[in-house]
Amino acid sequence: MTLAMLGEAWRAMGANRMRTILTMLGMVIGVAAVVLMMSIGQGAQYAIKQSISAMGSNLFILLSGSTQTSGVRTGSGGALTLTVNDAAAIAELPGVQAVAPINPGDAQVVYGPANWNTAIIGTTPAYLDVRAWQIVSGAAFTASDVRSATRVALIGQTAAQNLFGDENPLGKTIRIKQSPFIILGILASKGQGMDGRDQDDTIIIPLTTAQRSVFGIRFPGTVRMIMVQSTGLEVMPEVEAAMTGLLRQRHRIRENADNDFSLRNLTAVANSAEESTRIMSMLLGAIASVSLLVGGIGIMNIMLVSVTERTREIGIRMAIGARERDILLQFLLEAIIISVAGCLIGLLIGVGGALLTEALTGTLVIISGSSVLVAFGVAATVGIFFGFYPARKAARMDPIEALRYQ
Amino acid sequence: MSDAVIRIMDLSKSYATSAGLFPALKNVSLTINRGEFVAIMGPSGSGKSTFMNILGCLDAPTGGQYQLNNRQVSELGRDELALLRNQTIGFVFQGFNLLQRMTLLDNVALPLIYAGVEHAERSQRAHELLTRVGLADKANSLPNQISGGQQQRVAIARALINRPRLLLADEPTGNLDSHTGVEIMALFSELNLEGITIVLVTHEADIASHAKRQVRFYDGSIISDHATAQELQP
Repeated sequence: MTLAMLGEAWRAMGANRMRTILTMLGMVIGVAAVVLMMSIGQGAQYAIKQSISAMGSNLFILLSGSTQTSGVRTGSGGALTLTVNDAAAIAELPGVQAVAPINPGDAQVVYGPANWNTAIIGTTPAYLDVRAWQIVSGAAFTASDVRSATRVALIGQTAAQNLFGDENPLGKTIRIKQSPFIILGILASKGQGMDGRDQDDTIIIPLTTAQRSVFGIRFPGTVRMIMVQSTGLEVMPEVEAAMTGLLRQRHRIRENADNDFSLRNLTAVANSAEESTRIMSMLLGAIASVSLLVGGIGIMNIMLVSVTERTREIGIRMAIGARERDILLQFLLEAIIISVAGCLIGLLIGVGGALLTEALTGTLVIISGSSVLVAFGVAATVGIFFGFYPARKAARMDPIEALRYQ
Repeated sequence: MSDAVIRIMDLSKSYATSAGLFPALKNVSLTINRGEFVAIMGPSGSGKSTFMNILGCLDAPTGGQYQLNNRQVSELGRDELALLRNQTIGFVFQGFNLLQRMTLLDNVALPLIYAGVEHAERSQRAHELLTRVGLADKANSLPNQISGGQQQRVAIARALINRPRLLLADEPTGNLDSHTGVEIMALFSELNLEGITIVLVTHEADIASHAKRQVRFYDGSIISDHATAQELQP
């Protein structure tokens, strides 16, 4: 019965091939747009998530100097108000997992005939934990290296590539601002940071060595920034309050005075970046859905025309015994076949378009089963929804009126 | 249990027109028994086609009663009427009313789809009937590839596919030349001999003479109802 109906629907669509194809095109474009937009959106979301987890999780960053003092403002790090002792005190707070005082900068690095300007990070071994940064070969420097200010270094992939080429950097000596450093370990690749900078173009050295031999800081023991990792996301508000209180007390800041440091919750920043990408991809999906809706209306339009055109046929079918539901099913099937076929073609084009986008622009796209399923479900629903009204109009016709229709 | 297939009592039908209600049928009463061959005659506008559409359950009367096989048709719902049209009544139209996109075989088999008959049986029965009307070799042709007389034969085959005991025909020879018309009427006579009750509408006296009984309509009423003269002279 249903098989015979399918055959009839097929024949009816074949009789108006051009019209069927054009109607289908509406669905094809709608579904392709939804799949493409969702794939790109999810790819962007994934990329953001990746860079967040590359940065390290549950992070605070403390910067020296005030961004909030009135009058002349030096900018963060302008005055070195944070100290190594501040870092040690923060490490004692409950809810704090790791603390890394950091003196960043950049310098010209020389190895043999090669030289390269790269970011130098003077810090403690805790930095690698905080940033969740692995060492692929060799070893990290230790706390005793920091205490005795040994000239050792960890090198990032990009810096290593530029200085050493294909040579293995392990155990080699490089010169940073004339001082010789021995490469102890090679860092794992981290890729682009949130700001788009290449995080692998880096050399990490002990904090004390950086202060004495590279940056020549006037007040030993002061640092430009401190990275703090809390034990979990849920304790971050308490840790934030405790750190602020502790630092204000240690820096003897009066009640109404502004902080002489600034505190940023990197996880919150990251989360809001992720949130905005998510909203963006939802927005893209919503806009694409509109074209799906338009496709659905196209189906309804054509089905209405088809029902009117075939009024006489409907009359004949009723005269030889078609019930309301037979006629309803016949026209509904046509609408569903058009939308499902359009949907399948749209899926292929959408997936193809997503892969092409990835190949041409290098943008990460993720084609998830759920987005495909959603697009398919919506298309089928659109077909049934917009096919139902014309089909019911056909089914409700009066046999004799339909037979008289010219 | 009466022998009446059709029992019409006080049937009326009016149409709403811009000039008010137009009565197409005025209190018509008629009984047709099993095995009869009735010709309904009358000039155009006499209400005979309206009467036929009501008999075929295609149209509903505005008053009176219609009993088909002792069932009150006016009490039936749309689906039950569809079932009657599918199983109990075979209807033949003046304009053949074949579906142009379908082959003759599919056209003949179409009522069986709505009767829920399987594919193999559908084509077998449709073939049998096409053979019966002499068009077996044209089974896969389309309606516009054959002549009007052949199309009407296909339409009759379609009307017979569900083995109805009642065959209604509205001007079945109206679109045909007289020679083909006579052939179609011979087919009706043959079917009547097999026991199928036949009611047909015509305005041609020689066509009506094939029937055993002639009912004449004028202005929405029956003005005469008698057996065909030829039958009286054996």
